[in-house]
Amino acid sequence: MFENYDELNEIQIDMLREIGNIGAGNAATALATILDEKVDMSVPSVRITGFDEAVESLGGAESLTVAVLVNFSGDAHGMIMFLLNVEDAKSIMDILVGEDDGEEELSEMKISGIKEIGNILASSYVNAISALTGLTIEVSVPYVAIDMVGALMSVPIIEFGAIGDKLMFIEENFEGETNDLKSNMIMFAEINTLKIIMQKLGLEI
Amino acid sequence: MSQSIVIGISDYKLAKGPEVLVTYALGSCVGVCLYDKVSKVGGLSHIMLPDSTNFSNREINRKKFADTAIIDLVDEMKRAGCGNNRIVAKIAGGAQMFEVQPGSKLGAIGERNIICVKQVLNQLRIPILAEDTGLNFGRTQYFDLATGIMKIQSLNRRIEEF
Repeated sequence: MFENYDELNEIQIDMLREIGNIGAGNAATALATILDEKVDMSVPSVRITGFDEAVESLGGAESLTVAVLVNFSGDAHGMIMFLLNVEDAKSIMDILVGEDDGEEELSEMKISGIKEIGNILASSYVNAISALTGLTIEVSVPYVAIDMVGALMSVPIIEFGAIGDKLMFIEENFEGETNDLKSNMIMFAEINTLKIIMQKLGLEI
Repeated sequence: MSQSIVIGISDYKLAKGPEVLVTYALGSCVGVCLYDKVSKVGGLSHIMLPDSTNFSNREINRKKFADTAIIDLVDEMKRAGCGNNRIVAKIAGGAQMFEVQPGSKLGAIGERNIICVKQVLNQLRIPILAEDTGLNFGRTQYFDLATGIMKIQSLNRRIEEF
């Protein structure tokens, strides 16, 4: 039985990777529909890292990032973050709106568009896990912020890093096939939630 | 200027002027600068959570919590020659990064961190000379041990000195 993220064994990590694959696969399909183009998804990686390494892996503490955060609760507790850089956020909204507004900064309208996309993707992710496990999972309204990625990541780090010195997240990268737009989806879950999901999927823990 | 000494999340370090300490991208965490201007010994603590007592049944990282990290850092500073009544503090961080519904524990953590840091400093009778806390943006915090000046860099504001 594991009590800390760094006690997860290979079989359990494989299962988490598969969960990420199913959740993010569903989210990628949703993103492809929104963008009306094929979206490639990386093989999910399960990262079990120190706090600073987690921030480093997402581009370095001070890198400017747009983040949409959605909490999930009910039978499973965790957080999903949809991350992208400002240029890609602008481009995605240009595609959706059908024109480039020529603005350097992300307009309020574009920010709220990105928030809604993050919301749809996170809901797709959670729905897939819910369907897979039979767990009832509710998602919060989406929250959006644009800041240094280290500051944004302080939120999940504080939430999931209270016990132990390691963070666990499942990460997938999305890339639009024709326009090279990159985004990133990461899922955090409480230790107990990981246990519940694994038990539901028949893994002895 | 020599290379700054970087302090990671839930860590602290101490050094002596003219060194510069830095911690990057504080969000809801709080960075606590402690300084003795006579010896020019100072420390910076990147605090993640307010209170370790909720986790007292486990082995904890004392550098993560306000109530343990500040006490340990002050002890180390005193061993490094800081006078008992000379240590002063400047603090930054404790932002609410995402605008969440009122009452959500997610929104309150930055504020709880600030409150707890102030309580601990107050108990230790360490005066807070300056603070740049709360609001909704990330901060990189530099602490110049030659002067005791805290510099805060954030995205939409010019660098401010405290």
